[in-house]
This record gives sequence, structure tokens and C-alpha cells, in this order.
Amino acid sequence: MALEKLIKVAGRGVYVAGEDIDTDRIIPARFMKCVTFDGLGEYAFYDERRNADGSEKAHPLNDPRFLGASILLSGSNFGCGSSREHAPQALYRSGFRAVLAESFAEIFFGNSTTLGIPCAVLSKADIAALADLVNRDPAQLITLDLLEGKVSAADMDFQASLPSHAHEALVSGKWDAIADLLEGIPDIKKVAATLPYFEAA
Amino acid sequence: MAHEIANDKELALFAGWNDDCQPAIRRNFITIMSKTLLDKVWEKHSVRLLPNGATQLLIGTHLIHEVTSPQAFGMLRDLGLKVLYPQRTFATVDHIVPTDEREEPFSDQLADDMIKALRKNCAESGVTFFDLPSGKQGIVHIVGPEQGITQPGTTIACGDSHTSTHGAFGAIAFGIGTSQVRDVLATQTMAIHKPKVRRINVEGKLSPGVYAKDVILHIIRKLGVNGGLGYAYEYGGSTFDAFTQEERMTVCNMSIEGGARVGYVNPDETTFAYLKGRPYAPKTADWDAAVARWKSFASDPGAHYDDVITYQAADISPTVTWGINPGQAIFIDEKVPTAGELPEKDRATAEEALVHMHLKAGQPIKGTKVDVAFLGSCTNGRLSDLAEVAHYLKGKKVKAGVKAIVVPGSQGVSLIAEQMGLAEIFRDAGFEWRGAGCSMCLGMNPDQLVGDQLCASSSNRNFKGRQGSPTGRTVLMSPLMVAAAAITGEISDARELFGLS
Repeated sequence: MALEKLIKVAGRGVYVAGEDIDTDRIIPARFMKCVTFDGLGEYAFYDERRNADGSEKAHPLNDPRFLGASILLSGSNFGCGSSREHAPQALYRSGFRAVLAESFAEIFFGNSTTLGIPCAVLSKADIAALADLVNRDPAQLITLDLLEGKVSAADMDFQASLPSHAHEALVSGKWDAIADLLEGIPDIKKVAATLPYFEAA
Repeated sequence: MAHEIANDKELALFAGWNDDCQPAIRRNFITIMSKTLLDKVWEKHSVRLLPNGATQLLIGTHLIHEVTSPQAFGMLRDLGLKVLYPQRTFATVDHIVPTDEREEPFSDQLADDMIKALRKNCAESGVTFFDLPSGKQGIVHIVGPEQGITQPGTTIACGDSHTSTHGAFGAIAFGIGTSQVRDVLATQTMAIHKPKVRRINVEGKLSPGVYAKDVILHIIRKLGVNGGLGYAYEYGGSTFDAFTQEERMTVCNMSIEGGARVGYVNPDETTFAYLKGRPYAPKTADWDAAVARWKSFASDPGAHYDDVITYQAADISPTVTWGINPGQAIFIDEKVPTAGELPEKDRATAEEALVHMHLKAGQPIKGTKVDVAFLGSCTNGRLSDLAEVAHYLKGKKVKAGVKAIVVPGSQGVSLIAEQMGLAEIFRDAGFEWRGAGCSMCLGMNPDQLVGDQLCASSSNRNFKGRQGSPTGRTVLMSPLMVAAAAITGEISDARELFGLS
């Protein structure tokens, strides 16, 4: 499967403050009553953005200054909790193409990488500097350069890191593993044949 | 195939040591040769190294449910792929099933579409489905062990983060996203990186009224909700040795709440006794060979751990959460922490938590008014949980104005609980006795909090909005503490109410 090589992601940023932002918050469970991911975009951070009567709360994602932002900035342990792929699906479908945070929960990180959403780790100070920058100038272009391992904005550069396997998968256009996995089928059958529990049942 | 070294004597022979061999060299060698259960399971299930350095890992057992699988079957259809090993995937329906309405079609059209999609996908691909009429339906992490599908030395994946539950059997089990559900359906493998291993020992005997739930809440409180990032947790020590299989499941279940995708306990006689005779367990003729194989997966003495931590059981008291993540927990007789008592990095989240929970720093948690009591979930919806509560509940009444529900983890649990008379005890006390499912743990079915109701809950997550209402409040605790809250109408110390000491 030929996929785009993800070398650079550029766009405007928006800062959603907080630590341990869980996937229930990114997409509340009641919006997962669906058999496709279509249409999830409008429910991203729904309960953070709206009151019970549907009216808007003050939230950066409701702020017209950040309309069209494609790079999400946040704190540590972003995406913790449920394994729901609905979370990165909702972010992607609401226009996000990269997440920059202090750290990521593992399952969310893997799900995002598989969808071609780079999740890069920046230091707390650098996230704060970027947040300050976009809050002062929401039009500021932010560029995540995966090959160089850096984020550039205005005249500043910040170090951005990804685990080597995710980095390699993204820059080589192999972030969706299915093609590689399918190539392994002859080996899969060999390993399966060595496991007594496998053919039982 | 390499010779498996069974004991120190064989190791000495293998290494050509005589009695003069320096102890330090021996120790080093043993460390190199010794493996954790994770190492052994990983080796047996590794297909190959992928170009990006991840392992293509064979997933021996794949569990699916209605929420995270329909899109995966859709992706398979789009790619023109079929399920490679349908006999290694097992399905049930748990998240969306109403617990007070078992007739179909469900009144919620979306939920009805989801169960129908799963039924169709399983039928078309030849996957075993423990459907509602089967008598075997329930929460996927309760059904797998109950059926004997969950076995030591295996790999288990499911599109649900609480898949770590199955680690209680010495399996390497973890949650995956929907694209990976697709990968496992199509290839029975997935791309994954091997985690580091942190050994967590708990030593000694728990005090009366302190349960496995308190142990895992305590561990998460100490290590933090992100303390387990990059790690698998291996739980051991005399407390775990003495635990029943169901208690081990409660702890492994919440590993992910501490950031660890995998949590496991080495298999032992307790594990084997639990499995014996279950529908999918090896039959009598194969039993001894299976047990010998299962034993061989247990971590070797002297295995290398990336980190080791030890807690004392006697230091753990009944634990409840006060905030919006499972690490924000205190003992029942403690006070909600003030900003000054918390590390600087935790203060902003604590502030947010206090606003959401309508609590004040420095106030006791005991005495907080409760609106709802929920007993159930993949953490604490097993027979032993219900039996323990029923034992103390007998003759007591739920406080007027408290909505109290019991949701057995599976139809199997429900049936036995009915036969044992547990259901009657709950009903007499004023609990609603419901059908099996995930229910109010995540509020995807009609069992949801309303407005800012506060729920004493035996579930696993207290995230904002988790129980179906954006402003709803969740306080996590053990099943017996839930019962105590239901009876008094406030967060209470079950030890005092039930005279445990």
C-alpha cells in the first residue's frame, strides 16, 4: 500500500492546556455508537466545548482565532485511558494533522501513528513557549520537520522527538503496517504451527 | 531448538561450572540466561522484525466486541481481505447492551445497529460469537477467563484497554485500536514494540476490609497515572501468591490506568485450578502437558527487571478517588489533598478535579453525599465480588434516595449468583439486579449518571463525563465500599459499617 511519506507537517497551532487528557474527553463514549468513523470530527472534545444545552463554552477550539488550526499542543500523558481509535479519528476528522505534547499514552500514540498523525514529544518549556506564541499570534505557522526532529515557528526551533520505529514508519510512508504484516503470512503460519493452543478450540 | 534449562544444577552443567566457580560470575550468568514471562511469551510469538524495528507479534487469541470492531470489518472489506484464522477470534457484546431490556430490537436504534453489525460480521467470517441468547454473553474480559479461552503463555489482544485483565493468567494481553483489530483479523499479527518490565511486589496479608481494588488504586496513586508508560507490570510477592484468580484479574485490569498497557501475574496452581474443566481449557488427556507448558512460562528466578518496587500489604487501607483520574486517590480516613501536599506538576489537574468534583482541598472524603451506587464492570463484576458484598449486605437496606444497581459481569456470573441466592439479597436490600454488560462503567447504554450526580463506583475510571453525564462525578472504590456508600448514602468506611477489624 503506497502511502505518503510524512516528512513535514505544517499548519497553525492551538493549545489545549492540561495534563492526562484522556480519550473519554477527546471523544465521549456516547458518540461511539456508530459502525463507521465518518462524522466523528464534530464531536472532538465535545463536552469540553459545549454545555448540556449545546451552547458553546469558552474553549480554544471554539475560539474563531484558532479556526482551521491543524497542530494540537497539549501537556503530558495525552490520550490516556481507553484504547478507542475514535479519539485520533475524531481529531483527524476535525482537521488535526499532528499533536505536539510533553508525553503520550501508548495506545493513543500507536493508534495515531497508524493513521498518519505524528505525535511528537517536546519539553514542557518548549510547549509553553509554543503555546505562548500561538496565543499571541494564532496565524503563526508551525512546522514539524520529522527528518530533522524539530519544530520551527517564527524564528525559533524546538527539539521534537518520536520513538525510532514511529519516526521510521512515518518518514518511509509505512505508518499503516498492514502491507508489511501481510507479507509475513508464510512466517505467521510457521509460528502458529508451533503453538499448541493455536489450532485447538 | 535450544535446550530449556530447568534448574540451577542443569545450569551449572550447561555452563561447565565446578564448585570453584565464582558466585558473582554465576549470578551474572544466571541473569543473562534467566527470562521474564514477557521475554518467553514474546519469543514464542515473534514472527519477524519489521523494517521499522517493531516486532510482528502473533496474537494467539483475539477478542472483539461491538464498539471497536465494525469499522475493522469495514476496512477488511475495503481491502478485499478475509479473516485469516477465524477460530482464534471470539466475540461478545457488552458495551452498548441495555441491562434492563433484553428484547430486540433495542429501543436505541444506534445500539441495535451495532449488535446487528457484529452478528453479521461474525456469521460471515466464521467467528464464534457469545451472543445474548447464548447464556455466555458478558463483558469481554469476564467471558474470556470464564470460558477458559484466556490461558497462560499466550498473547491476547482486544480493542479495549482493559484487556490487561487477562494478564492475571500469565498471558501477555493488551488493548489495541481499531486499525490493529483489522491487522489481527487479516493476519493474526500486529506491529508492536516490546515493553520494559517493572516488577511490583506486594508483601504480606491485607487487613480485613482491604481488597485487590485497594491494592491497584494504591499502586497507581504511588506510581502515577503515567508511571507505567513504556512498561509491562509484573505483579508478585506473597500478597499476589495468596490472591485468588479473580483478585489478580482486578489488579491486572487497572494496569492501563497506571499507564502500563500490559500487567501480568506468573501462572501457578491457583491459575491452573481456575482453568480446569472450563469449556475451552485443555481436555483431560492434554491437561498435564498443558500445565507443564504453562509453568515453563513463569519468570525465572534471577530474571532481569528494568525496575523493581515493593509495597507492604499492611500499609494499604480502603482507598477512594477524589479527582478525575485514578491516581487522584486517598485512604478513606484521609483528607482531600491541598495544593501544598502535591508535587507542582499535579496541582493544575488537582485544581480542575476539585472544581469538577465539588470538593474542597483539606476536607474529609468520608461523608460526601452519594446519589448512585454502581456495582459491576470488568474490574469488579465477578462472582467473588458479588458474593463478598452479599455476605455483608444481608439484612441491610439501601438509603432512600440512592439509586443502587448491580450489573453482573456476565450471564454466567448472573446465573450462578441467582442460584446462590445472591441476587435475592441484593434485591431485598434495594439494589436493582440487572443483566450483564459494561453498563455504567462508561455509560454507552441507558445506564448513565444524570447531571452532576455523584456515583460510588466499583469501576475503573473516574474521568470527567465517564459515566455518561458530562458533569457527573465518579468516586472509585472496592465493591464493599460501594455497598457501604449505598447503605449510608455517603462515602463511608466499610470496615466501620460492617464491623470489620
